[in-house]
Amino acid sequence: MAECHPVGFQWAMAAKERGAKIFHVDPRFTRTSALASTYVPIRAGTDIAFLGGVINYILSNELDFREYVLAYTNAATIVSEDFRDTEDLDGLFSGYDPDTGVYDPVTWQYQGHEPQAAARDTVIERETASPLQHESHGPGVSWRVDRDETLRHPRCVYQILKRHFARYTPEVVEQACGIPREKFDEVCRAWTENSGRDRTTALVYSVGWTQHSVGAQYIRTGAIIQLLLGNIGRPGGGVLALRGHASIQGSTDIPTLFNLLPGYLPMPVAQLHPTYSDWVTSICHPKQKGFWHHAPAYCASLLKAYWGEAATPDNDFCYGYMPRLTGDHGIYKQVFDMIDGKIKGYFLMGQNPAVGSMNGRAQRLGMANLDWLVVRDLFEIESATWWKNSVEVETGEIVPTECRTEVFFIPAASHVEKEGTFTQTQRLLQWREKALDPPGDARSDLWFFYHLGRIVRQKLAGSTLPRDRAILDLAWDYPTHGPHDEPSADAVLREINGYDVKTGLTLRTFGQLRDDGSTVGGCWIYCGVYADGVNQAARRRPGGEQNYVAPEWGWAWPDNRRILYNRASADPQGRPWSERKAYVWWDGKKGCWDGYDQPDFEKTKPPSYRPGPDAEGVEAIAGDDPFIMLGDGKGWLYASSGLLDGPMPTHYEPPESLVRNPLYGQQANPVRKVYDRPENITHPSPPEPHVGVYPYVFTIARLTEHHTAGGMSRYVEHLAELQPEMFFEVSPELAAERGLTHLDWGHVVTARGVVEGRVLVTDRLTPLPVADRVVHQIWLPYHWGPNGWSRGDSANDLGGMVLDPNVLIQEGKCGTCDVRPGRRPQGRELVTYLNDYRRRAGILESHHTPIITTDTAAESYRQGRPDK
Amino acid sequence: MPENSLYGPLDPAPDAGYVDAPPRMGFFTDTSVCIGCKACEVACKEWNNVPEHGLDLLGMSYDNTGGLTANSWRHVAFIEQPVSRDRLADRGTGVGGQAGNQPPAFAGMPTTTVAAPESAVAAATTGKETGTEPGVVPGPEPAAAAPATTQFLGMPSSVLPGQLPGGERTDFRWLMMSNVCKHCTHAGCLDVCPTGALFRTEFGTVVVQEDICNGCGYCISGCPYGVIDQRKGDGRAWKCTLCYDRLRDDMMPACAKACPTESIQYGPLDELRERAAARLEHLHGIGETSARLYGNDPEDGVGGDGAFFLLLDEPEVYGLPPDPVVPTRDLPEMWRTAGKAALTMAAAVAVAFLGLGRRR
Repeated sequence: MAECHPVGFQWAMAAKERGAKIFHVDPRFTRTSALASTYVPIRAGTDIAFLGGVINYILSNELDFREYVLAYTNAATIVSEDFRDTEDLDGLFSGYDPDTGVYDPVTWQYQGHEPQAAARDTVIERETASPLQHESHGPGVSWRVDRDETLRHPRCVYQILKRHFARYTPEVVEQACGIPREKFDEVCRAWTENSGRDRTTALVYSVGWTQHSVGAQYIRTGAIIQLLLGNIGRPGGGVLALRGHASIQGSTDIPTLFNLLPGYLPMPVAQLHPTYSDWVTSICHPKQKGFWHHAPAYCASLLKAYWGEAATPDNDFCYGYMPRLTGDHGIYKQVFDMIDGKIKGYFLMGQNPAVGSMNGRAQRLGMANLDWLVVRDLFEIESATWWKNSVEVETGEIVPTECRTEVFFIPAASHVEKEGTFTQTQRLLQWREKALDPPGDARSDLWFFYHLGRIVRQKLAGSTLPRDRAILDLAWDYPTHGPHDEPSADAVLREINGYDVKTGLTLRTFGQLRDDGSTVGGCWIYCGVYADGVNQAARRRPGGEQNYVAPEWGWAWPDNRRILYNRASADPQGRPWSERKAYVWWDGKKGCWDGYDQPDFEKTKPPSYRPGPDAEGVEAIAGDDPFIMLGDGKGWLYASSGLLDGPMPTHYEPPESLVRNPLYGQQANPVRKVYDRPENITHPSPPEPHVGVYPYVFTIARLTEHHTAGGMSRYVEHLAELQPEMFFEVSPELAAERGLTHLDWGHVVTARGVVEGRVLVTDRLTPLPVADRVVHQIWLPYHWGPNGWSRGDSANDLGGMVLDPNVLIQEGKCGTCDVRPGRRPQGRELVTYLNDYRRRAGILESHHTPIITTDTAAESYRQGRPDK
Repeated sequence: MPENSLYGPLDPAPDAGYVDAPPRMGFFTDTSVCIGCKACEVACKEWNNVPEHGLDLLGMSYDNTGGLTANSWRHVAFIEQPVSRDRLADRGTGVGGQAGNQPPAFAGMPTTTVAAPESAVAAATTGKETGTEPGVVPGPEPAAAAPATTQFLGMPSSVLPGQLPGGERTDFRWLMMSNVCKHCTHAGCLDVCPTGALFRTEFGTVVVQEDICNGCGYCISGCPYGVIDQRKGDGRAWKCTLCYDRLRDDMMPACAKACPTESIQYGPLDELRERAAARLEHLHGIGETSARLYGNDPEDGVGGDGAFFLLLDEPEVYGLPPDPVVPTRDLPEMWRTAGKAALTMAAAVAVAFLGLGRRR
């Protein structure tokens, strides 16, 4: 956090000054470790084993916040009797299909709910990363469940969880993660002692945590601990995701993702949602609790924002114009589609995949097979120059004179040269003014897209082709100003907020959005940011002039609520859990919820409210159901739906590992997404032979001094000089083992590439004793490329693309490698060198590690299909 | 109050002749909350138009600036410090990593033999020459090439990182500290400047006027901290101005403004001294017994610093001189001595002439 979020880390420091303990768990000893109370080194890729150990500690000592757990989580819910755990199947859950490589989740359902899941197609769900939509969309679960309030039923979630994590003992944690017993005990004690009625603990992670083939399950494990200890929806608690850039939260809210639309509405899938009503129904989940019930209003208002007057109830608001997913269109699949010639043109905005994306060689080879490529950036980044100065030019794989891609470089305005909002990790929108005009031809992204659209529409004007209607019918009428006709960002924000079509007045809350076409709303969760015709994101009332929640600084979605699910900060009767942790509460006299924050609950629904038997949607949310976006109103310790790789997190080794999974016969995530291609070879991993060819573990990360792929730092002298050259860090022990010398050259080798840099020998890295061996870890910053002031090899050339099945994110933070002193070979010799390694590892042509490494797959399959 | 203005406590602005001078302003840099982000270095350069210092990987942990120079007016030092087990036991919970009643950072880690001798040697060097010469610190030699010893002396030690000579992995902490010109009460640089380019501001700070400096370089030997430095290819002397232009507009200096954790605090010196004393007491209270203030004492060799520090270890660890003394302290004594010598000489000459006269 200190390393990549120094500005945010001031608050961690402020908390420490007030007596908070900070634990830092990381394979590397970073600036965060230096300031933490306790540093816990860990073997990369074993976080579920570690956190699973914490869960086991909580459950076996019954240290959970019982009243919270019972009332607010699904701990008491009874699960289907057909469910089989990884305990029973050596690392697989019931329902695994070895042919398709995905689970049928029927047996994971709550008792009596099995038929609901029968209609799902988990193959399509993995291809389209559909669990990502559940970020706020909420998977389908009915709220009528069987419960055992005593938590003694052997199939209640609490007992299943307890059995599942029973084998995650301190000894296993020590063996799997390399974390000494005393350190582990210290973490467990501190976490549990600092949680409860009077105290809360926050879990903070940076998004590198998600970059694993079990990434979504990492977060789940943390969330389970926080739910068990009553740390969700309460001040000082939570699972806080520090995003990798200034507005990454904003770029998922109004997404740059292939499978999402604004406000986490899912992109329609061709096979599943041929009609508007199919699409809308799939979102609003009839018969469930919660606010997704109003999805028709969110969808209609969004389509109205796109197509304005052309969108009417009679033509399903132009739903027919919407593009549909036909499968995996994720960023990595796109790269291979480019290599295969299926994608002809590409826009790159504020992204430098030639350096910043995993498997750099595949990225560059893909771009080298396009017809055209548009790069908009502040500087001439590597993604615009790979055709003349990349490693592939060195090796002869890309020949500048023959490369057919036409590259257009267009200068972009920086964040201080344009106006707009940033949405940060707390979902807080903050408006910023333009400080100065962009230089020369540089323009804002808004300018670029608006005028691109305008010109395309001009060119199509008069066309009678049906295919052009989607463009010609767009509402494309933003006011412009200034010498360059800059579109008004303010007007865009107003449209995102939404307004009444007749009166033109802005809406105050998403409850005012309508499904009949009478409202426009570009992103339903942002509704209210322009309430009363005022840009609420531009509010800057100083913290000293308001309560500590500071509701009048900027604006947070939804409805300016600063902590989500904050109904949980009060007990079931609506009283604060403790005076110290009072946040929102039920005021019986006024008959409404009150507090320091906007209650994340219907303002006047009393704690005693109980829904009738036929209630659905918002009406079905009971007065003590804090998790208002989930189908049963509860926090999920066990996710019967929504994740493709299991209802509970399970430790799997990374696809490339040095050791056998110490917990199960199943080595790695059995549902992981693999692209089996020669550009994307995976190293042998136990139980395969030849693991020793790549005998070390590498992890890739960032430094304070540079920004991601370096586009904003390597080209600026004052930043470039702070970390002037590519380096990587090794422990003194590894330096001795490999003859590496401090500040001399060294290089790191994988089957995908070789990366050289200066060696930094430092005791900030430590060898870890794991099982019967010592694991050496190397860490490399990934900021460099051949352009800019500060140059060097790109560490991401080392990584491969093996993906988490839920959200299609890459295993980017651990792999195996070799490390050698001296510079890497150049030119054709580099290819020979790589091939020599691959020959010795037996992976010359193509290779990925076996998906299933246990013999229980058939049994798992049968369990999922009782009739077979 | 001493008999002259060259030594001992005083308020420098009134002493320099300012009437109704504002309170003396300064920095209190609390290294116990420094996170090593270097925002101060960059903010300083941006505001003051300081050129880049060059692309040199120094291998001194994450310090690639090297020291305070004409082209670096703030410098963040990074000290990777082995901490012996005994010493850990003396420390309580607190800042800067691990502490006595907690398991040390690397407890339970495997202990292996020391690395190859050639690795150890390389680990002890400081890399290439820097773009400008880093300020040379008087006092003990920087530890770069010091003989093997368990005492940690500053920058990369002669012992391989993380290893005691016995080969056992030590425990460890990582110290960070943003260094800057001290704006001494008795500023050696100012005292020796022959052109008046260096002057005392109404805020009690010391500033070089770039249009007057003639590049004679006397100030460089006058600074007991090795701060002020000549710029290559320019010849003139440059250093921190404590953002004199910003101060005159009632603005905080750029580095303090940019510091995310308030490690760099700016304000009236009296107030800062009070704050620092309270902070020190707090740290001592939580067992951080090696914490100390540096440059806060008006009785020290420079009459106290306008920019002073809270350190977590001895000043030498950070490359700071333990007992800086302004060279002009001895000026009166030197003049007296010189005067006596001159008198003696004159007397001798007189005697010689007398002798001559007698002979004649």
